[in-house]
Amino acid sequence: MRLSLTDVVRVAGFGLRSRPLRVFLSALGIAIGIAAMVGVVGISASSTAELDRRLSAFGTNLLTVAPGQSIGGVNARLPDTAIGMIAAMPGVERVSALGRTEAKVYRNDHLPPEQTGGITVFAARTDLPAVAGTRVTSGAWLNEATANFPAVVLGAAAADRLAVVRTGPGELVWLGGRWFAVVGILAANDLITDLDYGAFVGWPVAAAELAFDGRPTTIYARARENAVTSVQPLLGATANPEDPGEVDVSRPSDILAARQETSKTLGALLLGLGAVALLVGGVGVANTMVISVLERRSEIGLRRALGATRGQIRTQFLSEALLLSLFGGAGGVVAGIGVTAVFATVQSWTTVVPLWAMAGGLAATVVIGGISGFYPALRAARMSPTEALATT
Amino acid sequence: MTEPIVEMAGVSKRYGDVTALHDVDLRIERGELLAVVGPSGSGKSTLLNIMGTLDRPTSGTLRLDGFDVGALTDRAVSALRARTIGFVFQQFHLARGVPALDVVADGLLYSGQPRGYRRSAAEAALRRVGLGHRLTHRSHQLSGGEQQRVAIARAVLGDPPLLMADEPTGNLDSQAGGVVMDLLRELCAGGTTVVIITHDRDIAAALPRAVRIRDGRI
Repeated sequence: MRLSLTDVVRVAGFGLRSRPLRVFLSALGIAIGIAAMVGVVGISASSTAELDRRLSAFGTNLLTVAPGQSIGGVNARLPDTAIGMIAAMPGVERVSALGRTEAKVYRNDHLPPEQTGGITVFAARTDLPAVAGTRVTSGAWLNEATANFPAVVLGAAAADRLAVVRTGPGELVWLGGRWFAVVGILAANDLITDLDYGAFVGWPVAAAELAFDGRPTTIYARARENAVTSVQPLLGATANPEDPGEVDVSRPSDILAARQETSKTLGALLLGLGAVALLVGGVGVANTMVISVLERRSEIGLRRALGATRGQIRTQFLSEALLLSLFGGAGGVVAGIGVTAVFATVQSWTTVVPLWAMAGGLAATVVIGGISGFYPALRAARMSPTEALATT
Repeated sequence: MTEPIVEMAGVSKRYGDVTALHDVDLRIERGELLAVVGPSGSGKSTLLNIMGTLDRPTSGTLRLDGFDVGALTDRAVSALRARTIGFVFQQFHLARGVPALDVVADGLLYSGQPRGYRRSAAEAALRRVGLGHRLTHRSHQLSGGEQQRVAIARAVLGDPPLLMADEPTGNLDSQAGGVVMDLLRELCAGGTTVVIITHDRDIAAALPRAVRIRDGRI
């Protein structure tokens, strides 16, 4: 005679219910291990999803060209022909540029000159947002008209430092020794964080008012997706044919991806720790089951007297161990999702827990439960009914 | 149905150097009510274990309900036990915190019957032992006599032809013991063979047949 599955589960569930505290504690051991593993996988998956989101928002085809250090150690500058040369390259779709000025920006004209707030004033081309993938949260970017007037657009962090929250003709900052109207505030830029600490004025007004020499310090180029790798090595020589070694070319999306790779190593370490926790949890389950078998000798004897076969006793204790670990596993998966959700929410990411991590977590508990329940179940089944009944 | 329910021939049981049973021949007919009586250590529990197929004899043969138990596998013996024998123990062996109905229903757990049938049979069995009003009581809420009656209800569930009771009144006062003995007599009148193991000569004397055992010999 075989027991139906519901009977097996019912008997196992009864065995667990009669010792709730011990069952809870040993399930907790499993749960901690599974939660750690699901959490690590979930957090790393959420961070990867966030990276993908950023990359797809900004594109992986953005290249930046900046002057490197010259041999003398002075900051080199790019020749003013560089923008045109790069724009003419095959595979390059759009180009924009920034030019660093020596001007400083203050909230008002009473502040001491050294209190610059770390904000850099750039001369910016009007096509920058389209190329660098920035947008304004308030007001508007510079256009052909405002680029000729004392108007400024602030990066997100710069606006914060200057305590500027509104835009408009009445919102003024003291920039380069005269008043500039704040016409726009940029959204935080994940890909090019330098832009957050910038104050951007029009190219013509910078030349006229801020002693700007008209030479770009950063050129942003959007290449065709399939031409990025062929364009990148040529950018240096194109920007500065006389001294290609003094040009730094980089691809911001690569930097982001590299940062992601570094965090993966840490993730693997944590995953290992989770596996150790799971192993310890498995030992806890085995321990609980061994004690349970010893304590329940009379129950085993009675069940044998009622006609249970050795196999049925084995099944009972094995399914108890499985059910116990499955409780822990399910709790652990829920806790792992919770940890991921809290972490992701704090980082304002989307919570992503891959299905395979949840299924894998539960599968791991089934394996752990099976292994740790095997020996105790075998012991219970081997016990002779008379010996089991003799102990009261 | 002239075949005896239990037939033991030359059964011995040794534990190491100790011989607990010595060449026992015993024949129990269907419908008998008999006592196996003897002082403690006389081997009567060993006899019960072997008769109840919970243990195997060192030598000799046991035929139970016509089957040669020595020739059966563990699985087959378990099935035979489930179908043929009901056990009642001195310590009741009821699971704590479980309603009486479910305790009794577990008596058929290994018989292959569906749960609904097991529960309705359990209810009928509990009514039969006079505990119809205690169906949902948990075992530790019952008195000793009631607990033993629950154990009897569990043992007779599925109508096994043989009921074995090991000191069924050993943990009970005389009044509760009397109720239990009356119940066992009633069951025997219904056709069940009842074997009562006891050290109490008064109980043995009140039964139609008494088998005396001393030092492993009948």
